[in-house]
Amino acid sequence: MWELIRANQRRSQALLLAMAALLVATGWAVGEAVLGEPFPGVLAALVVWLGLYFLAELSGEKVLLAVSRARKVAKEDHPVLWNVVEEMAVAHGLPKPPEVYILDEDAPNAFAAGTTPERAVVVVTAGLLERLTRDELQGVVAHELAHIKHRDVTYLTTMAVMVGAVVLLAELARRVLFYGGGARRRTSSAGRGAAPVYLLALVLILLAPLVARLMYLALSRRREYLADAGAAVATRYPEGLASALEKIEQYWAPMASANPVTAPMFIVNPTSKLASATETLFSTHPPTAERIRILRSFGGSVSFADYQEAFRRVTGRPVGLVPQAALRLPPVPVREPGGDPRTPLERLRQSTALLWRLSGYTTILCPCGTTLRVPPAYRGQELPCPQCGTRHRVVAPATARG
Amino acid sequence: MAFWVFLAFLAVVLLWLVSLYNRLVRGRNEVKNAWSQIDVQLKRRWDLIPNLVETVKGYMHHERETLEAVTKARQQAIAVTGDVAARAQAENLLSQTLRSLFAVAENYPDLKANQNFLALQEELTSTENKIAFARQYYNDAVLRYNNLVQMFPSNIIASNFGFSPEVYFELQAPEERRRPEVKF
Repeated sequence: MWELIRANQRRSQALLLAMAALLVATGWAVGEAVLGEPFPGVLAALVVWLGLYFLAELSGEKVLLAVSRARKVAKEDHPVLWNVVEEMAVAHGLPKPPEVYILDEDAPNAFAAGTTPERAVVVVTAGLLERLTRDELQGVVAHELAHIKHRDVTYLTTMAVMVGAVVLLAELARRVLFYGGGARRRTSSAGRGAAPVYLLALVLILLAPLVARLMYLALSRRREYLADAGAAVATRYPEGLASALEKIEQYWAPMASANPVTAPMFIVNPTSKLASATETLFSTHPPTAERIRILRSFGGSVSFADYQEAFRRVTGRPVGLVPQAALRLPPVPVREPGGDPRTPLERLRQSTALLWRLSGYTTILCPCGTTLRVPPAYRGQELPCPQCGTRHRVVAPATARG
Repeated sequence: MAFWVFLAFLAVVLLWLVSLYNRLVRGRNEVKNAWSQIDVQLKRRWDLIPNLVETVKGYMHHERETLEAVTKARQQAIAVTGDVAARAQAENLLSQTLRSLFAVAENYPDLKANQNFLALQEELTSTENKIAFARQYYNDAVLRYNNLVQMFPSNIIASNFGFSPEVYFELQAPEERRRPEVKF
């Protein structure tokens, strides 16, 4: 996997350089159009970029803040989820399993955060937990861990900071030019006959934010495909992720805790259903139906090369999606479905129990079949079952988490 | 002048050899690391089995042979020390006996309602999965490392510095060997 990560990094660096060039060009254009001198503009671009960069560094893992209602899950809270995350960390060869968080949302969705595998975090929604079978959950978690392994979070954040700098600069320049300030420049340039340069600068200021955003989104979509490929290889069972995506699409609902900034991090865009149905230049994700079709057109073996082949067959686009180094890894046979002994009702019970527990409630199973939920504020030592009257001792949960 | 060109050439060759050597070391470390992942999971499985047998005993009065087979396979697996191939064989036997134990458990509804049993079943299933995934990762690492050891030009360095090919962790069970049919 070393080669894959390195190939990804080389590619990333090329794109980051292109974005940096765009940033410098924007700085030049702003300087040229507003001040009549390019260098202060370029300097301003660097200052804005550095400022935003440090701001992003400071808030680091705080992507989670955007969804601050996510709560940490311990192994005893939901053993199946925890085990699946551990299994996928092993499959990806990550140094340690990431922390697991749950979001109390009915829409099934998931995302990953954290810039290095050591500081990684996986977040799933309650709706995802109750609807997916073990195999499907594996697919989704494997996709998220692939993002972490491919260093997508670091990479997308770095890109996003540059996009932000370009947008901010261009917006500033636009305001100055169209609402005053720039008049000085216009009169002086008319005399010097530097109109072409001035025009070029204006065009750049108008177009740069758009180009920067499009570059970022194209990158985000490509990274989604690659994470799907990584998930198929790690689980050796592409159907798991395919049917998970189907369910996520089927039960899609707008998520209150998501916003356009965090949207690219989710497995399926949580802010707009339309965005996951058709691919436009402005989509953060490839169309879900297409991702499913690609995953379902694997033959009897899985590898990055197989994914690339399936991608070409389905989309008809002959692009090099996967880095060369990853294509050389040998294919392995698709494994048999692992199955899930839990019925849909049991899955629902498990995820509901988890939510109660995280809210500080104690659950008591009465032998008569009644489930008692004791609120954290209950002070009594004992509680009679409302059905059969058996008296139960109330033991406060050992680990109450907020 | 010619001397300096020669010296520069020598330096480049030396750097190249060092990088080849480092790749070999990295490959060997990756194999070791991948093996320790398998090792952790195999030990975890040994630890879980006594609990399982204890829980199941009370319910399965007519399955003494199945239970004994599991216990025996576990002891054998623990006893095997040495090369990867021998360990793989012992562990595969253990996997098979466990599988037949869980298959028999299907006939005992009371057992399947036991929370303790269900929790153990989840743990063992997950451990089996982790062993399978870790094995895949290990075999990938061995393949890459062995390619380095055996292919020109890195094989020259490998043979001079004592890098030898590693052994794959193979599955012997015929039903696991079977390639699934292609479904369309």
